[in-house]
This record gives sequence, structure tokens and C-alpha cells, in this order.
Amino acid sequence: MILARVVGTVVATRKDPRLEGKKLLVLKPVSPEGKDESGYVVAVDTVGAGFRETVLAVAGSSARMAEGCKDKPVDTAIVGIVDTVSMDQKR
Amino acid sequence: MLIARVIGEAVATRKHPSHEGLKLLLVQPLNLDGSDRGDAVVAVDSAGAGVGDRVLLTMEGFCAMSSVERWPSTPIDSAVIGVVDSVELLPGTLR
Amino acid sequence: MYLGRIVGRLWATMKNENLTGQRLLVVQPVTPELEDKGKCIVCTDWTGAGAGEVVYWSRAREASYAFFPEEVVTDATIVGIVDSLHVKRT
Repeated sequence: MILARVVGTVVATRKDPRLEGKKLLVLKPVSPEGKDESGYVVAVDTVGAGFRETVLAVAGSSARMAEGCKDKPVDTAIVGIVDTVSMDQKR
Repeated sequence: MLIARVIGEAVATRKHPSHEGLKLLLVQPLNLDGSDRGDAVVAVDSAGAGVGDRVLLTMEGFCAMSSVERWPSTPIDSAVIGVVDSVELLPGTLR
Repeated sequence: MYLGRIVGRLWATMKNENLTGQRLLVVQPVTPELEDKGKCIVCTDWTGAGAGEVVYWSRAREASYAFFPEEVVTDATIVGIVDSLHVKRT
């Protein structure tokens, strides 16, 4: 799973019918400290995440185990909204 | 999924029989600012996309195969599964 | 899938038995403009392609599905010979 920040939305009218009604969000991976990392990914939202929120996303075939994604063409799914991340300070 | 641009089409007569009847698109993955992200790939089309369209690209096997209803017995690893109408980004994302 | 050009062939007598009878070809990945890009890889071949031909190949687990239901130990398979490419970058 990755930590990421919601930075955008994607609208696509013409798409695989199994994606009908799914919210597509643009995620930017972040470090546990909240700093942006390189790259981005378009993910399907299953928890009602919004702009600026830090989320937990699952990639690969496991993404289809998320709520409502079974047998759907989903390769990355948002499965949680992160409240806090605490790290061992001595690390 | 990634956002990508359709930059062309490939035609192949001799190909795996499970690819018969599919459109092969040349697709260039994009960064959020629209610049190229790595190298172009060949993807099957399941969304009726054409050259110049900005699309949703999946590079995961199940998504790609099932989008053209050929799961699980076809060597397809990437597919265009949507045509992007618009992308809205938080201000400052591209900085 | 990815574009490539066949630049060589490889023989191996001692190999996994699930590779028996497979043609192994050396493929140079190319861009849509047919310029070499990146390192060569070894592919199993479904098509019977020959030296110099432009092909497209599948990677990872999906590559072995070319031989389904046979289970061939491969992570790259040539699945089509490209006749023509129409490229228009904007």
C-alpha cells in the first residue's frame, strides 16, 4: 500500500462500463512525513476521499479486493483516509 | 491507471489469435504537466479512442484482458479503458 | 505491450523443461519512430518472426498466456509482427 495525497480528479465519459459511477482521483505519492514524491497515479475512490486528503491506496490485483471493485478494471484503489502517521523518532 | 496520449496505431496481420479484431494503439504515458512519462507502449483499445485523444491507460493484466472480454487466456498487458474529458488539479500541484 | 526489433536468436540446451521447443529471440526495444531504446531482452516467440522484423511483445505473467493453457516459463513473449505503424505526435 502507498500513502498519497489527492491532488485532482479525472472525468471520462467514454470508458469501460464497469467503471460507471466510480470516482477517479489523481494521487501523488507522499512520504510518511507528508513530502511529495515523484510520479502520480489515477485511482478509483472507494471511501469518499476529497482534495488535499492523505489516503491509503492499494495497487495491483489486490486493488480489486476493495469495496465494489471485484471483477472491475481497477488497478489502483483508495481504501482509506489517513488521520495521522506517527514515526519512530529514533529511526 | 495513468493518463496517456494516443500517438498512433499499429497494424499487425500475423498476431496471436486472441488479438484478432482488436485495435492496437501506440500510447505515450504522460506526466501531470503533459510531458512524456517514459516510453510509448502498445495497448489494446476498449474505449473507442483515436489518435490525439487523452486516455486512461492500465498496465495491469486483468484490467487489460477483461476490458476486451478476453480474460484469462490472452497475452495482453495494457489497455486503453477510458477517454479523458478533463483533468482537474489542485492549484500548485505542478510546481 | 511494447515495440521491438528482432536482432538475434539464442539457443540453450540445458533449460527448464517448460521451455522445451520454444524459440528464444533477442529483441531490441524500439520507439514508435523505430529508434533503439533501452537494453535488449530475450523473448519466447508465438509468431515465428525472423531477424530484423518489427514486433510487439507482452511482458510479465501475461506473456505466458500466449501459450495458454500450456504453462511456459517466460516473462516476455512476442505476440505479433508489426506490418505498419502510423505515428502522429502532437
